[in-house]
Amino acid sequence: MIKSADIVVIGGGVVGCSTAYNLAKLGAGKVVVLEKKYLASGSTGRCGAGMRVQWGTETNCLLSRESVKMLSHLPEMLDVNIDIEFHQSGYLLPAYTESMVEQFKKNLVLQNSLDIHAKWLTPEECLDVVPFMSLKGVLGATFCAEDGHCNPFKVTEAYATAARNLGVEIYTNTEVLNIESKNGKILSVHTASGDIATNTIVNAAGGYSKQVGRMVGVELPIFPERHEILVTEPVEPTLGPMVMSFYHNLYCQQSPHGSFIMGLGHPNEPETFNIKSSWQFLCDMAERVVEILPPLARLNVIRQWAGLYDMSPDRTPILGNTPAMERFFTAAGFSGHGFMISPITGQLMAEIVLGKPTTFPTQMFDAGRFERGELFKEPLVV
Amino acid sequence: MNQNDKDTIICRCEDVTLGDIRDRIARGEHNLEEIKRSCRCGMGPCQGRNCTPLIAKEIAAATGKPLEEIALPTFRPPTTAIKMSALLGVKKDD
Repeated sequence: MIKSADIVVIGGGVVGCSTAYNLAKLGAGKVVVLEKKYLASGSTGRCGAGMRVQWGTETNCLLSRESVKMLSHLPEMLDVNIDIEFHQSGYLLPAYTESMVEQFKKNLVLQNSLDIHAKWLTPEECLDVVPFMSLKGVLGATFCAEDGHCNPFKVTEAYATAARNLGVEIYTNTEVLNIESKNGKILSVHTASGDIATNTIVNAAGGYSKQVGRMVGVELPIFPERHEILVTEPVEPTLGPMVMSFYHNLYCQQSPHGSFIMGLGHPNEPETFNIKSSWQFLCDMAERVVEILPPLARLNVIRQWAGLYDMSPDRTPILGNTPAMERFFTAAGFSGHGFMISPITGQLMAEIVLGKPTTFPTQMFDAGRFERGELFKEPLVV
Repeated sequence: MNQNDKDTIICRCEDVTLGDIRDRIARGEHNLEEIKRSCRCGMGPCQGRNCTPLIAKEIAAATGKPLEEIALPTFRPPTTAIKMSALLGVKKDD
């Protein structure tokens, strides 16, 4: 194993790999990625594989808009021969209450001002997009054709391959056990396979990022939360867009492969590292999705799993340095939408770490915002 | 490996061939979890009942590890495919 590095990235998910690639591209010197299991084995590989640009804050709109642009030609951009299954079939977000209608219309004004072409659909127009959906209680919906799907394993593999091509070393099955620091400066990273001397760390450990922070005495307000998903057998293309209902707290999309992927959020899920599946989810999910998309009752469920959202108090990531420890950078707290914004996140992180001007303002991602009370809460999260 | 072997289907649900599997092992994918995620073998309706032991044998042959040391992937519920309609109303009756 390598004995020293200019930068050590902890976490071999899509954010860690994208950050490592961007660091190498900007000439950061020797960059190493440490992953305790295998690439995309954590939150990345367990996510719902959707990408959307319809958000409720300007920041999230910009992050996702730029990321979708990059995903649309990612293999060419990274010069790798990997099909990432980029597929734009839209997201349909139905509204079921007057306050949702009001919020969604506000979002549309914001989105349209940022060159995001989402639009309002009447209940009848929803049927043009999803002919078999139930209109029970639907007051209208927003739809954006630029939203869609990408394969998280393949996107991670694409970034990892491109990073390796630029000299990044990626160690899988290599868990970080401890970080040695002195007087607020990082000295080295300890792993079961040896130590790496470094003065710079990027913490991209997803649900485990708080634990990594604690290794250097930094307390990050990020907590892991279990979210469950199921997948059905593959069938002929039937459902175009992702249907995402904040009222039912669920999302459902047919992947290009033909299977339907769906998940839901539980309001009272405790802070936990538990990623076991539950029968309660299976039944809840079936109940709620069939209410919105009745023909799905005929589909066979073949597998369910769970993963961790790395939640932050305002559902917006923490990107950047923490004053308590010099050159300890965090890219975590994605709250369930890290995969879809990973291309721009990696770019911003590389710019932050190398002290270059950033593509977008990033001060609002500062970890200090929670103490200052400057939260900006994203309203649109399942 | 001759063309026939290469084209032999290992995962019938997802149409993954022996050639495919051997390429992945040669590239350093030495565990079933990684291979599953890179080519979908074991993700189809049979959930790996057919392909998992065959791929485990391939890994053992390529790496020289004893077969019993090849870790099996996580078996995920439900045990067998189940219709969504069969799950409706379950919670209320419980």
